[in-house]
Amino acid sequence: MACMDITIHTTFLPHDDPDASLAFYRDVLGFEVRSDVGQGRMRWISVGPAGRSGTSILLAPPATDPGITEDERRTIAEMMAKGTYGWILLATPDLDGTFEKVQAKGAEVVQEPVEQPYGVRDCAFRDPAGNLIRIQELR
Amino acid sequence: MCHPAWGRALAQARRLEDLARLRRVRDRIDREYALPLDVEALARGAGMPAGHLARQFRLAYGRSPYAYLTARRIERAAALLLRGGLGVAEARSPAGRTSPGAFTARFTDTARFTEPAGVPPGEVLRRVPETVPVMPGAVGWWSCDLGGSRPAAPGP
Repeated sequence: MACMDITIHTTFLPHDDPDASLAFYRDVLGFEVRSDVGQGRMRWISVGPAGRSGTSILLAPPATDPGITEDERRTIAEMMAKGTYGWILLATPDLDGTFEKVQAKGAEVVQEPVEQPYGVRDCAFRDPAGNLIRIQELR
Repeated sequence: MCHPAWGRALAQARRLEDLARLRRVRDRIDREYALPLDVEALARGAGMPAGHLARQFRLAYGRSPYAYLTARRIERAAALLLRGGLGVAEARSPAGRTSPGAFTARFTDTARFTEPAGVPPGEVLRRVPETVPVMPGAVGWWSCDLGGSRPAAPGP
């Protein structure tokens, strides 16, 4: 098989209040803002770790595909509100330091750093749109 | 002033606020499972009557806050038991249970989490599946069985 060269470029997380989400990823997690287009609730904001432009998170309004029905749109909004829709797994070599900084900036803590049975140590926060942000320790 | 569409939008906005409040209750359980926590304390924190919280939580998440809290405690207890290379089968076996040292310490920790939930550590071992999935979402999925009904599919 020919050697493929594919990287993971952008993943998506929904927002329901673009300014609140932007503040969380930029000011609380310390990500850089790579692009910010649109207006009102229709904003597409690309963020990522400073100096590592290869991978981004696109903060985007949910359910913009016109093929999504009203019922599906409502379900997605409800799942976001109850915290069962979006999630992402981030990583850092300094879990305790990161946890303390993020907590000190007022983020909603879901789980303090803990050893998991699947062999990693991680913590978890909630972003303003209800997405679960897991951060695991690189070791 | 009272256009039907406005009424619907307002009702939906209230529903999303209520769901976000339930999410904060569930997150609090995830965060504080090791503390003395009961439905009354959760309801006080959320500013709603305990019966109302229990009903709304069950409607939103498919099981009561108490069942969710129990599942979380058992999951953490099982995690403690399984840490350090102790497999489920090993931990369940009489040899595993009677081996001294680290396992005994772990068992004591387990009791700390499970006794408030009324589940003895031996029962924790019985409830842990033979093969424990190794991803964040999967752990949440199997542990749901421990304190209530299992949802249809894995979540984070």
